[in-house]
Amino acid sequence: MKRLTKKLMAGTFAIGLALVSATGAASADSSEPIKIPIKNWSSQIVMAHVIGGMFESMGNNVEYVPVDNQASFEAVRVGDITILQEVWQSTMQNAYYNAMEKGGLIDAGTHAAETLEEMGVPNWVIEQGLCPGLPSWEALKDCSAAFATPDSGGKGRWLEGPQSWHGEVMPNRIKGLGLDDTWTVKFAGGADALWTELEAAKKEGRGTVIFNWTPNFTDASGFTFIEFPEYYDGCRIADGGTMDTTGCGSPKGWLKKGAFWKFPKTHPNAYRAFSQLSFTTPQIGSMAALVDVDKMTHEDAAKKWLADNEDVWKPWATSVLGEGN
Amino acid sequence: MPSYLKSSKAIQFGVLFIAFFLLNALIGPSESNYLWRLPPLLKDIPFLINDLVRGLMFEWMPIDVYDPSIDEYEQKPLFREITRAISSSFSFVINAVREFILGGSKTIVAFSSWDFIKENPWAVWPALPWTVVVGWAMVLGYKLQGRNLAFLTGVAGLYIAAFGQWSPSMQTLSFILIAAPVSVFLGLALGVFAYKSKAVEAFLNPLLNVAQTMPHYSYLVPIIVLFGVGDHAAALVTILFATPSMVRLVLLGLKNVPTDVVDAGRMSGCNDFQMLFRVLIPTAKRDVLIGVNQVVMQCLSMTVIAAFIGAQGLGSNLLIALNSLRIGTGLEIGICIVLIAVVFDKMSLAWANKQTDYFADLSFTKRYRHFLIMAAILVGGIVMAMIGSIIFEEDFNYFYIVPHNKGLTTAPFWQAGVDWVWDTFFYTLKSFNEWLITGVLVPMRDAYLAMPVVATFLLVMGTAYILAGLRSALIVGGFLLFIAFSEYWDRALITMYMATFAVVVSGIIGITLGAACAQNTFASKAVLLFCDFLQTFPSFIYLIPVIMLFGITDTSVLIASLAFASVPATRFTVEGLRSVPPVLQDAGSMCGVSRLQRLISIEIPIAFPHIMLGVNQTVNFALMMVIIGAFIGTIDLGQLILKAISEPQGTGIGITLGVCVAFIGLAVDQIIRTWANKRKLALGLN
Repeated sequence: MKRLTKKLMAGTFAIGLALVSATGAASADSSEPIKIPIKNWSSQIVMAHVIGGMFESMGNNVEYVPVDNQASFEAVRVGDITILQEVWQSTMQNAYYNAMEKGGLIDAGTHAAETLEEMGVPNWVIEQGLCPGLPSWEALKDCSAAFATPDSGGKGRWLEGPQSWHGEVMPNRIKGLGLDDTWTVKFAGGADALWTELEAAKKEGRGTVIFNWTPNFTDASGFTFIEFPEYYDGCRIADGGTMDTTGCGSPKGWLKKGAFWKFPKTHPNAYRAFSQLSFTTPQIGSMAALVDVDKMTHEDAAKKWLADNEDVWKPWATSVLGEGN
Repeated sequence: MPSYLKSSKAIQFGVLFIAFFLLNALIGPSESNYLWRLPPLLKDIPFLINDLVRGLMFEWMPIDVYDPSIDEYEQKPLFREITRAISSSFSFVINAVREFILGGSKTIVAFSSWDFIKENPWAVWPALPWTVVVGWAMVLGYKLQGRNLAFLTGVAGLYIAAFGQWSPSMQTLSFILIAAPVSVFLGLALGVFAYKSKAVEAFLNPLLNVAQTMPHYSYLVPIIVLFGVGDHAAALVTILFATPSMVRLVLLGLKNVPTDVVDAGRMSGCNDFQMLFRVLIPTAKRDVLIGVNQVVMQCLSMTVIAAFIGAQGLGSNLLIALNSLRIGTGLEIGICIVLIAVVFDKMSLAWANKQTDYFADLSFTKRYRHFLIMAAILVGGIVMAMIGSIIFEEDFNYFYIVPHNKGLTTAPFWQAGVDWVWDTFFYTLKSFNEWLITGVLVPMRDAYLAMPVVATFLLVMGTAYILAGLRSALIVGGFLLFIAFSEYWDRALITMYMATFAVVVSGIIGITLGAACAQNTFASKAVLLFCDFLQTFPSFIYLIPVIMLFGITDTSVLIASLAFASVPATRFTVEGLRSVPPVLQDAGSMCGVSRLQRLISIEIPIAFPHIMLGVNQTVNFALMMVIIGAFIGTIDLGQLILKAISEPQGTGIGITLGVCVAFIGLAVDQIIRTWANKRKLALGLN
């Protein structure tokens, strides 16, 4: 019995080793599956299936791997996933460049979409006049009481994303703008905590200042970003700024793509298509809306999007095939 | 020491508290005063661990490996090649099980290549119709226990299929069907080794302690670094989480084997092998199989955490549903997890209680009856699927695989339920929440943070000394010293404050509820069933309604902890009280005590050591949930662990923080366990 188990283990071990080294030919695209990460927000998942559909139309094998956003940067470095299709500047650039520095991740170009990640308020806050003068940040000076919570010690509260997203940027900004007497920052544990707070505040009809981004599913129900002093390179303390300049807002951010370094070599055609691929803000918004508004499954949404937008993605796929053959 | 001091614990505690408050009053906050806070002498530990792992994974012993996909030689460290080989063997077996049920081509690829699949489109393993899988599971249930279990299995299967969760459920099942047996095998092997050699036991014991108290997501990063992302990594994390309790139970079972049995085995001339497999393990069967049962439950409770590092299936769908606030969908998925857990639980328990019939002499058809039925189900299911493909020509074939989100859904119903809870309770709860935060939680946190480090040590070690003795006091001091020398002492104090609150409240709830329900057989059964439900139902689901009602505050974290941490206190109280010998109860009744007197002066003291073990587990569960509270938003150790996932030094920081949490748990464990053992001795139990 024991010997048999040993043999079996040795067997699976050998197969494992074989799996590590077995791969296809080099000239055309390898038939090894391209591994696309599935993270936990709608536009990312639909985009994963859209890109997967594009690869499949080019004759490639595709595999979807569910993975936590933060973990994906370590995973792409070692090839457990092949691409990163949505890297947001303000929340993920640290992880992105850290992974690049450690080696294994390459920059695969930038989407046309411009992103904005910033503190803001849902539209009803403005409509109910809870803080007259918004969206200018100056309005915050006089309305903190409407945004206080039991644990904020009488101050107004900004609900920021997890600390892993941008560290001390928001606490520093409050100090830099001289708002720290009346405002404080609380870090939420994750995106779902942010959306829950949004929903709860809406039900209760109270004010809330939360961190949010666009394009996002909250765009549909109305969300206004607060206008802070203009961002410029180096204004933040972490980038060499001072307390006087760190009150600056968030930059209009890029949305990048990344890939495992072997991807161009194993799948040259797919890589070229992927590097040319570039979605605009409305396109990403429409992908998310199919799921968040029309309540389709992510797979169905991707199929519909691919069918409706052939003129968008066909050129990326076919031009490559034309050159390749 | 004067004798009156030794005799009365109340006086000892009185002296301890006076000294504690004196220290608090005398020592004020000052960064340079070591009595206030110890210097972070151990702050480099995370970096050491990190460099060690990195060196091992990316630098140590590079070997040239040819990569045919890019036609180049690459330098790869040996250690990483080994861990990768382990990863791919796990992937292989998980995929083999998965594709046996759901169909696919990866297993065929493992024996050929992707090119082969591309050129031969027929080379795909077909999925089994869900009717066949459910039918087989029902036969298994029938064989293990009888009609009831078969019925339960059938209902669970029908629910999963009808609600369109078939594929994700089977994906989850496939990695549990690998993780659970591996954990059982490892647990059995390690348990036997520990039984045979005192040295191995002494070596394993601290490792098991830490593994059982360390929050599971603190070792997610190291696992990603070592084994990558995917189902195999998820299976490994699950194994790491589930094996320790198996080891413990195997060891316990083997140690409890009566010497008579061992002697009898020896006299019959058993060799070592026979002794182990024919005598010891069969005699310890009940404990071993309870271990199996534990492994199964713990594997299922990991489904959501495992999705963070690439497990496909229910856990990952649950996280996606929650992230767009689809609580109804989340609940449906959660119920699927609970159903799988319940079926597995009942099956493994039925297996534990089944006696082997050594003297049966059966005919061919009787012996292979179940296999024949299973074959018939296979044929029947395939025929049904074929008929289905004609009936549902336009639509999906509901007799084959019900696709995701194309089944029934009760999501609107649950959503309405959540809205109702909000409308009914919110405004009442709001004032309660404000009172709790401003009146209790914030002052309590501030009080914890205002303790000088010597006062904390005095209080904890003093309590340990009074309740459990000098040895325990020193051990507990050692655990605390590690945390105090790390950079994380203040964070740890916040964790301790939340854990203390959660333990006290859930201890009171659990013991009261348990004592009340233990008076009645039906109520006992009902409450134990409810405990099972709470233990396997993914906590992430009720985090959302809790956040809606209580906001992103410590209250939410604590309420979520209570739901989970009350479970062991309740369970152990019910079990402890129900197992008080009836003779003692009768003796009490004959002396003329009332029902309440009997409970307070006879039953509770007798059951006390067992209840304390429940409280001990409550401490662990509370700590675990307070750490998971980081997903709501906390400022304790949990927040740092969550943050570590994205940091370049994350591996080391995650592990160090995990060890800090484990040490808090172990310190409490040390006090309670020794105390309970002392009480047991005093009561003449054992």
